[in-house]
Amino acid sequence: MRTLVLAEHNNLELNPQTLNTVTCAKALGSVDILVAGQNCGDVATACAEIEGIDTVLIADDENLAHALAEALATLLISLAENYDAILTPATSVGKNVMPRVAAVLDVQQISDICEVVNKDTFKRPIYAGNAIQTVQSRDAKKIITVRTTTFEPASPTGGSAVLQNIDMVGSPQLSAYVSSELSASDRPDLASSSVIVSGGRGLGSVENFALLETLADILGGAIGASRAAVDAGFATNDHQIGQTGKVVAPDLYIAVGISGAIQHLAGMKDSRTIIAINSDPDAPIFKIADYGLVADLFDVLPELAQALKQ
Amino acid sequence: MKVLVAVKRVVDFNVKIRVRSDGSGVDTAGVKMSMNPFDEIAVEEAVRLKETGYVSEIFAVSIGPAQCKDTLRTALAMGADQGIHIETDEDLEPLAIAKILHNMAEKEDPDMFFLGKQAIDDDANQTAQMLAALLNWGQGTFASNIDFVEGGAQVVREIDGGLETIQLNLPCVISTDLRLNEPRYASLPNIMKAKKKPIETIALDDLGLDTAPRLNVLTVEEPVQRKAGQILTSVQDLAEKIKEAV
Ligand SMILES: Cc1cc2nc3c(=O)[nH]c(=O)nc-3n(C[C@H](O)[C@H](O)[C@H](O)COP(=O)(O)OP(=O)(O)OC[C@H]3O[C@@H](n4cnc5c(N)ncnc54)[C@H](O)[C@@H]3O)c2cc1C
Ligand SMILES: Nc1ncnc2c1ncn2[C@@H]1O[C@H](COP(=O)(O)O)[C@@H](O)[C@H]1O
Repeated sequence: MRTLVLAEHNNLELNPQTLNTVTCAKALGSVDILVAGQNCGDVATACAEIEGIDTVLIADDENLAHALAEALATLLISLAENYDAILTPATSVGKNVMPRVAAVLDVQQISDICEVVNKDTFKRPIYAGNAIQTVQSRDAKKIITVRTTTFEPASPTGGSAVLQNIDMVGSPQLSAYVSSELSASDRPDLASSSVIVSGGRGLGSVENFALLETLADILGGAIGASRAAVDAGFATNDHQIGQTGKVVAPDLYIAVGISGAIQHLAGMKDSRTIIAINSDPDAPIFKIADYGLVADLFDVLPELAQALKQ
Repeated sequence: MKVLVAVKRVVDFNVKIRVRSDGSGVDTAGVKMSMNPFDEIAVEEAVRLKETGYVSEIFAVSIGPAQCKDTLRTALAMGADQGIHIETDEDLEPLAIAKILHNMAEKEDPDMFFLGKQAIDDDANQTAQMLAALLNWGQGTFASNIDFVEGGAQVVREIDGGLETIQLNLPCVISTDLRLNEPRYASLPNIMKAKKKPIETIALDDLGLDTAPRLNVLTVEEPVQRKAGQILTSVQDLAEKIKEAV
């Protein structure tokens, strides 16, 4: 089987979730990578070094600068006949573009796979991860988005793939990029951080939410949030973890003032160690936490920061 | 401007679902069903746009068993004008739903389609994008704001890194994210009024579309369950555990 992985990047750097997707693709067959963007040569070079890649296809075109779904899908569809499977990480770019590709190819996409059983059979979570479905695809071609937390990253070095430039095949011009407001942060990326300190409605205000930063600083971690915290404006939308936000699985997840609704658990219950701080002993988060502390977070956080510094 | 809103009937988000022990699926018998929460947001957005005069007509479409009429009544009570029920007892996949909605677009000639970004049962997050592809329309997915400007719609999208604004030509497909709006509760008078609004029922078979499943569901299992751990009694202990874990 030949597979194509759509690399996730910002034209400058490769998003490491691509590496996990490569591991998933290797379970299906040989792997080529597509780097679509504008002035994305560095990303392509990085991709060529990933272990076990045959060819890196580079499509460098102004219509691809912002990964607009309509243009990117047109490119992927033009490449589809050469591949038995096309995979992307289940990021906002992957989720946006892949169903478009699948529909044109008349394929039922398989979203968010967490296991490859064999070349046409996959496992994927449904109902906020409260059930795991095993599906066998009858489509000749597989269009797949990958839940990257359940696959190890491929080695980013040791490979020597061939680089090949390809042309964009005309862009549909149905949409145009206007602007973006990206959260600037020196912290590690949520998807790849080994520690996440996450806050919920219990933090009470945007000022209080900043209390989590001290803890994240000490631990070198990223900051996450529940939907309630995002809705209340304590944190921006890109912090949301859960069924409809990001899915993470760090070594350590500290949930502060988060009740543990199933929609939140869906995004973090595969973390290795879960710690919960909540004043309500009956909060459902304690049912899945490895360690819990029933206390007022405003008492705990300063004391904890002191204790960790020692 | 005419808007079609797709509303799915799903297990209510508050229900803790049960996986059948024989692996055949999820038990939905006697379980509370509701409109998919993202679709409520889609209906709400259409109704607000109607209130501001931008939209003139709202059609809600639901595909599924007879009880989808309840879901459509909810949409009508929120302010949709008409319902279309595509009746089937089959469990349809997103590609099939997109084909049906594509077919509805040919009949109804809407200027926009509003869908939820994700159905909370299959968690597929596909239908809006597939529909846009079949129609060859632009798509504004995961929308947290919609503005109409000259030449089309400006959509603010929730993306992994933050927010992105794109401009779409009309007609277009929009999929709604959580922060687009807060859906209203239908008032009692509006619930009464909704009973008189028309719902057209069409048998799926009459559409003559290929909606056969492409995925063979082999099993549905419970995920590995985490067990409750230990409740600590001091911040000092907590600090120790954190140090062990990193
Ligand atoms: C369609 C849909 C999708 C959703 N998607 C997501 C998602 O992706 N992610 C997500 O997180 N949610 C999601 N939700 C929302 C989810 O159902 C919950 O409403 C949300 O997770 C609750 O957030 P919370 O735990 O911060 O708030 P709450 O449930 O209000 O919990 C706050 C907690 O803080 C504790 N607390 C308060 N004060 C203190 C204090 N001083 N010290 C210690 N503890 C304190 C309280 O005891 C309580 O347990 C979704 C819901 C729907 C309907
Ligand atoms: N059976 C259905 N009837 C009406 N709309 C649907 C149906 N299934 C999916 N949709 C729409 O497609 C959206 C995304 O669903 P999905 O792609 O399955 O996650 C939903 O939020 C609905 O707007």
